[in-house]
Amino acid sequence: MVNIGACVKEPGSTRKNKTGSWRTFKPILDKEKCIDCENCVLFCPEGCINKDYDIDYDYCKGCGICAEECPVKAIKMERG
Amino acid sequence: MVKKVFTANRSVAEAVKLAKPQVVPVYPITPQTTISEYLAQFVADGDLKAEYIRVESEHSAISAALGASGAGVRVFTATSSQGLALMHEILFAAAGMRSPIVLVDANRALSAPLSIWNDQQDTISERDSGWLQIYAENAQEALDAVLIAYRVAEDRDVLLPCMVCIDGYFLTHTVEPLDVPSQEEVDQFLPPYKPYAFLDPENPMSIGTFTDPEYYMEARYAIEEAMERSKEVIAKANEEFAEIFGRKYDFIEPYQCDDAEIIIVAMGSVCGTIKDVIDSLRDEGEKIGLLKLRVFRPFPTQEMKEVLEKASKVAVLDKNISFGMGGVLYNNIKSKTNADAYGFIAGLGGRDITPEYIKEIVAKTKNPTREIEWIGLKKEEV
Amino acid sequence: MEIREEEFLAPGHRGCAGCGATVGVRLALKALGKNTVAVSATGCLEVITTPYPETAWDIPWIHVAFENAAAVASGVERALKTQGKDAQVVAFAGDGGTADIGLQALSGAMERGHNIIYICYDNEAYMNTGVQRSGATPYGASTTTSPPGKESFGEDKPKKNIPMIMAAHGVPYVATASISYPEDFMKKVQKAKEIDGPAYIHLHQPCTTGWGFDPSKTIELGRLAVETGSWILYEIEDGEFHVTYRPLQRKMVDEYLMAQKRFKHLTEEERERIQHNVDALCTELKI
Repeated sequence: MVNIGACVKEPGSTRKNKTGSWRTFKPILDKEKCIDCENCVLFCPEGCINKDYDIDYDYCKGCGICAEECPVKAIKMERG
Repeated sequence: MVKKVFTANRSVAEAVKLAKPQVVPVYPITPQTTISEYLAQFVADGDLKAEYIRVESEHSAISAALGASGAGVRVFTATSSQGLALMHEILFAAAGMRSPIVLVDANRALSAPLSIWNDQQDTISERDSGWLQIYAENAQEALDAVLIAYRVAEDRDVLLPCMVCIDGYFLTHTVEPLDVPSQEEVDQFLPPYKPYAFLDPENPMSIGTFTDPEYYMEARYAIEEAMERSKEVIAKANEEFAEIFGRKYDFIEPYQCDDAEIIIVAMGSVCGTIKDVIDSLRDEGEKIGLLKLRVFRPFPTQEMKEVLEKASKVAVLDKNISFGMGGVLYNNIKSKTNADAYGFIAGLGGRDITPEYIKEIVAKTKNPTREIEWIGLKKEEV
Repeated sequence: MEIREEEFLAPGHRGCAGCGATVGVRLALKALGKNTVAVSATGCLEVITTPYPETAWDIPWIHVAFENAAAVASGVERALKTQGKDAQVVAFAGDGGTADIGLQALSGAMERGHNIIYICYDNEAYMNTGVQRSGATPYGASTTTSPPGKESFGEDKPKKNIPMIMAAHGVPYVATASISYPEDFMKKVQKAKEIDGPAYIHLHQPCTTGWGFDPSKTIELGRLAVETGSWILYEIEDGEFHVTYRPLQRKMVDEYLMAQKRFKHLTEEERERIQHNVDALCTELKI
């Protein structure tokens, strides 16, 4: 049954929708090169890079902003 | 309970004070204006503990009301005519978001030409918005309807907004004696508002979401079901209202209908005049009755059928017009009952509906020549 | 500055790859924290974040219509106040919902002094309906309703200056920001939260789909706008204007314009006119 007024009582429930399937290119981070600047964390439109710089590929749409904004080019975009 | 002599606008303001809404966004418009003024004064005097928002338009009045209702409080707003038309978009949203807003509309004609005078085109035009609609005959009914409106709208089985419709000037600016209930009585009738879904950081919800074709129809069907369920809730509210306040309301109010050959159907203040005309016609031996329709949405089909189908003919008085189709009430009655009904458009833009016009309606119903007649037109101006 | 790790906008939302609007919301909510109630105008953000039966919002959120986010926020703010709740109300609306159809409601809310933060995420056109011109579309830009042609070079009017219109309301805090300068933006959001009364933040937000650039360049485009002086970061605090970021050396506007499809049609002469206008303003502001 549709909720009264079509309200959604489960916060953050778009997490059920794995947008990783949209991806063509995949960001691969070389943690050795990472200088902990947080650019990728802050600029990710999905918010799917955590403080340990783990990329959640379940949601990553492969936009490439993280690679573009990495000052030390520690992220490479690869097919797949 | 205290006997007072008030206009319907004042009686509405008194009802609002007793209902204790916490947020009141209103925008003044003739002939609703004094409602917004009385409420401002009540708040200024500390007699109504509410946040009064002096919004910049009716669109924002209803939007702020919906926002406040979404944040979990009882709200009130009032408007008229162009103001209600400006609210149109958000009226549908309020029903769809199942927000139990109570709104009083001072019934007034819609432009053009511009008119500040009474008819019921404004609220009738919002009949499909998902709001309950109650039409008051006098200042007492207006006050009582506001209390009943909150009670019904906020019921978990309903959760729909409710519009209380009071005829501009005929009610809004005419003083009448009435009973103003005590706060204790009202508190007994109207429990504090407990919202169904509301904005709370401790329990975050999203309200007013986007739906694709997978869910929209079900959400709209739920409104239809709630509208249907509201009939029972209204009936129960009317009963309890009678127990506490001693005044019994119903969906319809038949007057001299039992043996009537012709029944006139009407809504609002004109019903008083019609009753007087019926009294004098009955003195002359004419079997005429009045069916006053108090609750227009939900439409009380069964109640209407039971009364109307006993009469040989029915005259429906509409203070509105759906161009190319006739009066809306007339069309509703034609589609929902088997009554031999005739439609009469009267009283648009404040044109008086005199006893003579009502007698003319009766005469034309006896010997109908047309399905729909306009009553009181100045032939020389047509 | 201390930046919260916590996210309040969940992934899985339906924003385009490279969406700048969701970056803006994420940053704003990081600055505001959990005790926040959000109001959205109809638009991209609303549609991509609340596809029933899902929502991307981890905080309470309400949407009613396109033009009334400020009015809805007014009602929410007063309702929270009367219940003694101190949650911060923040409204998000696009440039169409702010500069055009929502301007009246915004003006009313600002003038009434509600304690709300209103953030306009400005992507300079009606993106949700497919890139039509808004009052915030810049001079020369091609949109589907301001296309270049034999008789047209694209949008022929300068961008409506909403932050200054808000400042003219005398509200205690007005700021411009860019998603490409997160610290600057988040500081402004925090300031807006601390202030008692209405705050308006105009957030410049490149749109990959509407502007025509690769999704990976969203942040780069926002940066170019600021580094070329095409978008100026400032704040107006109790009437005091000051620029919050000055490029070390201002880049040529061409670098910004030529990186996007929407300006590709412009002739050299037209681009020079834009450069001239940017120079005039930047000279005045010593940028």
